[in-house]
Parts: sequence; C-alpha cells; structure tokens
Amino acid sequence: MGLSRELQEGDHPAILVTKYESLFNWARKSSLWPMTFGLACCAIEMMSAGASRFDMDRFGAGIFRATPRQADLMIVSGSVTEKMAPVIRRLYDQMPEPKWVMSMGICSTAGGPFPTYSHVQGVDRVVPVDVYIPGCPPRPEALFYGLLMLQDKIDQMKYSK
Amino acid sequence: MATTEPPEENGSVEQAPTSAALDRLLATMPDAVEHSEFQRGAPIVRIAPARLLEAMTFLRDDPACRFDLLSSLCGMDLSLTRTDGPRFDVVYHLYSVEHRHVLTVKIAVAEEQEAPSVTGIWVTANWHEREAYDMFGIGFAGHPDLRRILMPDGFDAFPLRKDFPLEGREKDHGCWRRPEDDDRYTYVAQAPEK
Repeated sequence: MGLSRELQEGDHPAILVTKYESLFNWARKSSLWPMTFGLACCAIEMMSAGASRFDMDRFGAGIFRATPRQADLMIVSGSVTEKMAPVIRRLYDQMPEPKWVMSMGICSTAGGPFPTYSHVQGVDRVVPVDVYIPGCPPRPEALFYGLLMLQDKIDQMKYSK
Repeated sequence: MATTEPPEENGSVEQAPTSAALDRLLATMPDAVEHSEFQRGAPIVRIAPARLLEAMTFLRDDPACRFDLLSSLCGMDLSLTRTDGPRFDVVYHLYSVEHRHVLTVKIAVAEEQEAPSVTGIWVTANWHEREAYDMFGIGFAGHPDLRRILMPDGFDAFPLRKDFPLEGREKDHGCWRRPEDDDRYTYVAQAPEK
C-alpha cells in the first residue's frame, strides 16, 4: 500500500489501513446519541432499556441528549397525534446530519389501536423512518434488536458516489 | 352512641335519598329549577340557563350548600336521543369540601346558543369550558379566553359531536395532505413565518 518498511514492520505498528467509509460508519454506529424524547408508554420501556437493568450503553447508544442539537438518533416512542406532529418535525429538523429515526411500537409505526381523527397513522408521514420496531410496547430486547439493525444499516452507508 | 338497627335484607328499609343542598336551592329559587331527581342516591338538578349564574353563585356561597369545588364540567351531545329539545347539555359536578356533599347541575344549550360561563364563580371552569368548546362547539358567553385546548389551533370541526366520523374528515386539513392514491395523511411542513 506504499507504507514505508519502518511503519509496517516496526516494534510497535501504529498504522491501520481501512476504507474511510468503514472508519466513519464504525465510528457513527458505535456512538449513537439518542434524543431524550418520549411520547407515551413506549417511552417508559425506552427508559427501562436505558437504565441499569438492560443498559443501552452496552451498544454505545446510552447517552440520551436533552437537546436535538446534540443528538443523532430520534426514537419515536409512542402515539403521535396531529397536534404533536409539528413538534416532532421541528425537533427532527433541529438535529444535525447525519441523523436516524427509529419508530418504536405499533402506534408510531402505523397508528396502532387509534384509527381516529387525532392520531397520525404512522410517523413516517412526518419524518423519514429508518427502523420500525413492532410491539405494544416492544420489550427492551426488541429495542436493542432494532438498534442493532440500525447499526447494520449505518455500516452500509456510502459516501462516495 | 346509639346503636342502629342492622338493615334488613331485600332492602325493605331503604330510605328515599335526601339532599340538604337541593332542598335549600328548591326553597330559595324554585322558579329557576326546571327539574330535579335522584339517580342512585345522587341529586341532579336541571336549571334554566338564564338563571344559571345566579343559582351557581347561590350554591357556592350559601352556608348550607358551600359548593366550593367545581370538580368537573362537560358537554353532552344528545342529538341521537333528544328529538324535541336543545342539542347539548352542559353538566356541572359540584362538591363541597366543608359539607362533603355533591350536586350535579345540568343546563340545556341549543346549537346556536351559548351557555353562560361560570369562570367568574370557579376559576377552574376556564379550561373545562375550553374543552367543552373544543369537543362539542358549545360557546360560553363571558369566557375570558375561549380557544381550543386539546385539538390543534387550525382544527375546524368538533370531534365529540355524534355526527363527526371517528376516523376523521374526508378532506385535507391544516398541514395534512392526502393524495388520491394514499389512505393516510402526510404532514407537509410549512415555512416558518417571518
């Protein structure tokens, strides 16, 4: 690869050769910062997932930020009403790129048991969603599985065109 | 302390319910009361809307009544059951912390009428009346700030009316658009106002 002989064969090799896509993707997926943001009962399960018993920090996504400006993961956890939708959209717009959205539970995924006038029939009609997690509410393990799916997705991101 | 007889079975000693507050109201302003009854022991009184504020002020201030708490206020759409009268009822649930008794007050309001606001008597009526307005479209004359409270500001219907479809309207509304080939509304963000 054109590295000098000294760098390749020294006593303490300090060089790692990789694609920059792989490096950035690895860095991004390993340190997702979710936004502190809950809408309904799924948020209770999400808090449980973040606390000591389940410990979301094991997957590098345990630092819930209290501002969208420091977060790159939005977990829509709970029912989305038409009154709440503009708030969700504004929070999403305030998050810096790159950013991802997980739809947690059937309410935010497709309306759930609320096919009514006040309820949004899927948060993908408000913000783009990367991972849908089924359940009512999903258990923390399901949330982690969705998180691992998202990490796989981030791992496949391409920067060059 | 006097011992009381154990109640016989089959409810043969069941006494007719009484309400000191209701008796007091009937004695003081009988012309304001349109109807009174007991349901499961709880007194319910229907008052002429024009006399509501007067009667409510009396119920709050009279020493024998002293209803210092308006524990709930709600609307009812009776368009499916009441064919020959005003469409709505407004129901007030009163409670007295001092006497620990309750009274339910009802007034009838037609669709084109307004109910008198009781915010001047109980401050807590403010948000309750906003909710009744939001859900049923019942107006409250004299309310200081009669805006929607639960639905978005741009909402143009009253969802708890019996003729409102549960799944919502068939047209675009506010920031929500539905293309013909789609069965769900999509949020269309608007540019912020400058």
